[in-house]
Amino acid sequence: MDYDNKEQSGRQPARVVVAMSGGVDSSVAAALLVEQGYDVVGMMMRLWSEPGNSQAATANRCCTPDQMADARRVADKLNIPFYVLDVQDYFRQTIVQFFIDEHEAGRTPNPCIECNRQIRFTYLLEQALALDAAFLATGHYARIRRTAAGYELLQAIDRQKDQSYVLHVLGQSQLAHVLFPVGDYTKEQVRDLARRFKLPVAAKHDSQDLCFLKDGDYRRFLHEYSSQVAQPGPILTNEGQEVGRHDGLAGYTIGQRKGLGISAPEPLYVLRKDPARNALIVGPRAALGRQALIAHHVTWVSGRQPETPIQADVKIRYKATPAAARLIPISDDQVEVVFDDPVYGITAGQGAVFFNGEVCLGGGLITEPEDNNPTINSARKSINLIPVEEVLAR
Amino acid sequence: MRTAQKRNEIYLDHGATTPVHPDVVAAMLPYWHEEFANPSSHHRSGYRAARAVGLARELVADLLGASPDEIYFTGCGTESNNLALRGAMLAARSAGRGNHLITSCVEHSAVLETARQLRDHFGFDLTILPVNDHGQVSPDEVEAAIRPDTVMISVMAANNEIGSVQPWTEIGSIARARGLLYHSDAVQLVAMRQWDLSSEPIDLMTLAPHKFYGPKGVGILYVRDGVGLLPTLTGGGHEKGLRAGTINVPLVVGAAEALRLAMVERAERMVHFVKMRNILLREIPAALPDRCMITGHPEHRLPHHASFAFKGISGNDLLMHLDMAGVAASSGSACSSGDPKPSPILEALGLDATWTKGGLRLTVGRQNTMEEIEQVVLLIPSLIDRLLALENRFNPVPA
Repeated sequence: MDYDNKEQSGRQPARVVVAMSGGVDSSVAAALLVEQGYDVVGMMMRLWSEPGNSQAATANRCCTPDQMADARRVADKLNIPFYVLDVQDYFRQTIVQFFIDEHEAGRTPNPCIECNRQIRFTYLLEQALALDAAFLATGHYARIRRTAAGYELLQAIDRQKDQSYVLHVLGQSQLAHVLFPVGDYTKEQVRDLARRFKLPVAAKHDSQDLCFLKDGDYRRFLHEYSSQVAQPGPILTNEGQEVGRHDGLAGYTIGQRKGLGISAPEPLYVLRKDPARNALIVGPRAALGRQALIAHHVTWVSGRQPETPIQADVKIRYKATPAAARLIPISDDQVEVVFDDPVYGITAGQGAVFFNGEVCLGGGLITEPEDNNPTINSARKSINLIPVEEVLAR
Repeated sequence: MRTAQKRNEIYLDHGATTPVHPDVVAAMLPYWHEEFANPSSHHRSGYRAARAVGLARELVADLLGASPDEIYFTGCGTESNNLALRGAMLAARSAGRGNHLITSCVEHSAVLETARQLRDHFGFDLTILPVNDHGQVSPDEVEAAIRPDTVMISVMAANNEIGSVQPWTEIGSIARARGLLYHSDAVQLVAMRQWDLSSEPIDLMTLAPHKFYGPKGVGILYVRDGVGLLPTLTGGGHEKGLRAGTINVPLVVGAAEALRLAMVERAERMVHFVKMRNILLREIPAALPDRCMITGHPEHRLPHHASFAFKGISGNDLLMHLDMAGVAASSGSACSSGDPKPSPILEALGLDATWTKGGLRLTVGRQNTMEEIEQVVLLIPSLIDRLLALENRFNPVPA
């Protein structure tokens, strides 16, 4: 959208609600939109976070008085209205509970994916639309491209900062109303912009960790908020031999070697979790590599699931290197992912996100592997492949 | 860089503050840079400034039916309330005249927090009276709360959030009969009626000129002749030693001019206010049966004040939607940090949790038009529908 065109046509500028966190990225997003002539409204969601104050974590925690004051200063600087929405109850019921439930089930969730699915791009988007906004903008690093076939979700120009992994849940109806103003810039350029706009947050650090933790320690959080995750249980080999004890499944990550407290002739790695037996399954490094996984709750950015298998690059966690694989739809929202080469560290609960180059196709959540059967459905390997472009063009 | 523009706005938050009347601005103007001297100074410029303050004090006294010696200028309504309560209670303690203060649960925080501090940090006894479901204090309960060591009763003239006028004449008369001080926080009511304080049972009364088209940054406290207060601001003996600090001449002049205009235009303003207020009070609940109630007394309420509670919605969200639609209003539970608490006033009325976060206050003013009021009457039900739809979608009531 070009500012001058809008001015000349005499139309009301489109209203954009910007989700502001008080950080650099969303502040610059807001400033860019103001500069482009939109009717910009700043909004912060007050999400639930653990009561209690820990100095160490205040910079990362969302919705602290400091973050709110920063966002408000930016809004004042830009002379835009700024509101704070109370989303504490809904966030706790959905995202925090999901985080606990998943860990209790022995999986390792990515709450940011779930938050984007349920809170940011559903709850907040609907709030924005109800305020007669045409768009919701966020400070995410990703890009949206409009094509004849619809909207595409693209990785950010700054591949180091790219957040398309946690945005793969977006579909066409959302992308039509979403803007990522900083996705076209590198982080350094964004900081330069913050300085050029004289935003009071130009030098702030990036936030990390989960926003609702008071100290960044999710194991401690789970132990306090769940009675189940702290249940000790056996550490078993793939063959079922007990080689040690664990003090709660949530404390371990797939691929972990250190800190298991077992001595064995060869190094043992966490292969997977077996919540049914509350067991941690370990084995040699060779057993860690898996050829396939099944993703469920799969959504496609295009809104259309390919009818036949396609080739894609798949990220199995936020910072993973994409791995070449075939995507084999096996039901409406389930896809079998068969990797060209074994992949290490596949973790149930994390997102499996599909890319074709820089285009994010969609993704789902990784299910638990079937016992001792890394290739889940090798029979499907023989299915003929068609290029992704062809599928998406249908 | 470009910044957003001010939008056309329907301002319905005159209970929070009012625009300064152009005549008030004109009256203040010479005292910023021409007659700028300190009224305590001993030269002709200082005398002229002192004269302006004296004339303002006389004007305020005349308009209230008081003597100029009984009018004190402070920094704001909150300061007047602080001075009245803390000043009277500490003076009584010095004189060995009692230790007990009576107030109500619907007072402005300037009174309630001062009273709580007197209790928690100064060792005074405090009785906080409840209210009926119209938010009014019962004179009988005031009577019953009086103890031998009671010093003062502080019950507001009219409530800011729900507009109910208190039975202040009865309460003041009880105080007088029992030889107690009666303080009235009349910030909301002052400009709405005529006063003859020489015959009212009021010993201390708080006024805030910015509520009636005067400037912010100045308050007035009426202190009946003979009532002793210990100053809360000590220093150079200004205001007869009761309120130290260089007198803010332009604001004092503006305060007096605003009160004069309020009294001159009173009848005209009241007719305009009541007409608009009545449409709000009638049409909004009628459009939302079972989902909207009037809060406060339906008749004994401030002429410019309409207040409501909406079932199952957040007043915070409603204010945001109104603001986006160009309507400035307020709510008793509003909060800028996204953590709205139920309104204590609505809780005091006995409303349950489905209502107490959904307060809305619309307070009309001189410049509002019937067209604006009609727009708002159409707008609010549509916004409530929107908010309820969102609420049902994301926070469904458990079956």
